[in-house]
Amino acid sequence: MTALVLDDVCKAFGKVEVLRNIDLAVEDGEFVVFVGPSGCGKSTLLRVIAGLEDATSGRIAIGGQPVNGVPPAKRGIAMVFQSYALYPHLNVRDNMALGLKQEGAPRTLIAERVAEASRMLELGAYLDRRPAELSGGQRQRVAIGRAIVRQPRLFLFDEPLSNLDASLRMNTRIEIAALHRSLSAAMIYVTHDQTEAMTLADRIVVLRDGRVEQIGTPMELYNNPANRFVAGFLGAPSMNFLRAEPLGGPPGATLGIRPEHLTVGADGPLRGEVTHVEKLGGDTNILVRTEGDETLTVRVFGQYDVAVGAALRLGYDERHAFLFAQDGSRLSNR
Amino acid sequence: MTTARHSPLNSLAAHAALIAYVIVALFPVFVIVINSFKDRRSIFREPLALPDADSFSLIGYQTVLKQGDFFLYFQNSMIVTVASLFFILLFGAMAAFALAEYRFRGNLLMGLYLALGIMIPIRIGTVAILEMMVATGLVNTLWALILVYTAQGLPLAVFILSEFMRQVSDDLKNAGRIDGLSEYRIFAQLVVPLVRPALATVAVFNMIPIWNDLWFPLILAPAEETKTLTLGSQVFIGQFVTDWNAVLSALSMAILPVMGLYVIFSRQLIRGITSGAVK
Ligand SMILES: Nc1ncnc2c1ncn2[C@@H]1O[C@H](COP(=O)(O)OP(=O)(O)OP(=O)(O)O)[C@@H](O)[C@H]1O
Ligand SMILES: [Mg+2]
Repeated sequence: MTALVLDDVCKAFGKVEVLRNIDLAVEDGEFVVFVGPSGCGKSTLLRVIAGLEDATSGRIAIGGQPVNGVPPAKRGIAMVFQSYALYPHLNVRDNMALGLKQEGAPRTLIAERVAEASRMLELGAYLDRRPAELSGGQRQRVAIGRAIVRQPRLFLFDEPLSNLDASLRMNTRIEIAALHRSLSAAMIYVTHDQTEAMTLADRIVVLRDGRVEQIGTPMELYNNPANRFVAGFLGAPSMNFLRAEPLGGPPGATLGIRPEHLTVGADGPLRGEVTHVEKLGGDTNILVRTEGDETLTVRVFGQYDVAVGAALRLGYDERHAFLFAQDGSRLSNR
Repeated sequence: MTTARHSPLNSLAAHAALIAYVIVALFPVFVIVINSFKDRRSIFREPLALPDADSFSLIGYQTVLKQGDFFLYFQNSMIVTVASLFFILLFGAMAAFALAEYRFRGNLLMGLYLALGIMIPIRIGTVAILEMMVATGLVNTLWALILVYTAQGLPLAVFILSEFMRQVSDDLKNAGRIDGLSEYRIFAQLVVPLVRPALATVAVFNMIPIWNDLWFPLILAPAEETKTLTLGSQVFIGQFVTDWNAVLSALSMAILPVMGLYVIFSRQLIRGITSGAVK
């Protein structure tokens, strides 16, 4: 059964259209990630799904039931917020239990669920503490615990890791992946982070200006982007774009090549000068200014010695190059 | 607190300034209190001298306690002040929550309309208020005063509180909604505790003028059984003779309850400020 169906959902604040004609189906147990530039409407879409905002038009169904007009608590969803949003006056146990208490669940069931969640998230030692007495990572785990306890059909995460430091972020990311495997509920996850999106998602939804640009598995989007925006948005360092005409393409078109698909070689068709080198140990990013005054990033596997100012020739594989029309849409590959 | 920025010279200067201010602010109170313990002659001969064995006298307090129903006046003032503050905070906070939280047609206009009351003194409407009170039979009841003071305090309360409530995290309120809390519980349990310092500020701002007011008690509730303390003390101030002992004693006693209320509210204020700092 489908966990969530959005059918032609639009949302406007006054005259400002924030979401336009969103269609999406999320299957049970699926992990869907929303990505897009800041202000494109990701959080708004999540709030519309949760029922915290009413959609201006369109239909929303969760678990097969239409939920337009159903209050958030009755939608079978749980949400984890970027700012944790724990209740400051309640301890960890009561923070997690409040939702079930409101539903009128029996006390034994509540205790059982809280114990289960705190075991999964290793929160057992902190159950009697207030949120103010916890570290950021612990607070975020409590927020996730509060969502788990309700056993929702659909989890909504709004950038849950962006307030954590890098190592904690990686740990929590792995925890969320493990959680998803063990809970088998559908999850929708908003993030700015490439790695989170690529590693967690069954499918990624790329949004821009309130529109869906493309939906697909991470590798589909990476290997076969529908347009220039998606191609440039996914992948780090991001894709190189250069005028296609000097390289034999149609006039006005743009050629897109990922940094790892550029090769340094004496017979390459592109000439340029090294402007900067980033050595990351595992691989090396070389920034090159071409003769046509375009800046390219070349990603070379392993450690590579090249001086700033050196002249380089670059080649690429036709099979890995994308061609985009002037309006950004994808042209079929040559 | 950082120790690096704490030079002894700085803290000395700060303390000197604060102590000077305290002296200036407390001087009139001090003069009133010491003179209330002196006999009439000493009050005028040496107003700044402390009461000694010679000049010490409780005659003022005795007069006050004998004269009229001083405890009733006390009680009336207390009821009016506390009830007015309660309604100002309750309705002010609820209106502020609605203005800060909900998008509805006329939200901005409503906010401006409520704020307008800050600029227009309520006393301009005294005649109309008196007519209304007469029509509703509320003249010479404490309710007349409570209603008027509530109306007088609400505009500023709504203005200050809605500003503070806008800063309460949306995520927190939304988390409450997802957990099934009603809007009233979100208001009472999540939002109000977080704006407690603002509530205390509003309470302190409103308390003193209500306690000290002479105008409305004189016009709306001058009956013996509804007299407030300020009005009750007026019997000692005559056109030709003023019983200064009694006046000063009455004033000294009138300070105590407001001071008690102030301590309660200011503790809230400080707690709110420090709890924000460690979070
Ligand atoms: N209550 C509101 N009233 C008016 N406009 C709003 C409101 N909430 C959001 N918007 C607008 O809607 C747009 C989308 O906001 P949203 O918060 O969904 O962006 P986002 O994709 O989550 O961005 P970010 O990645 O920065 O969190 C923004 O342009 C924002 O200004
Ligand atoms: Mg957002």
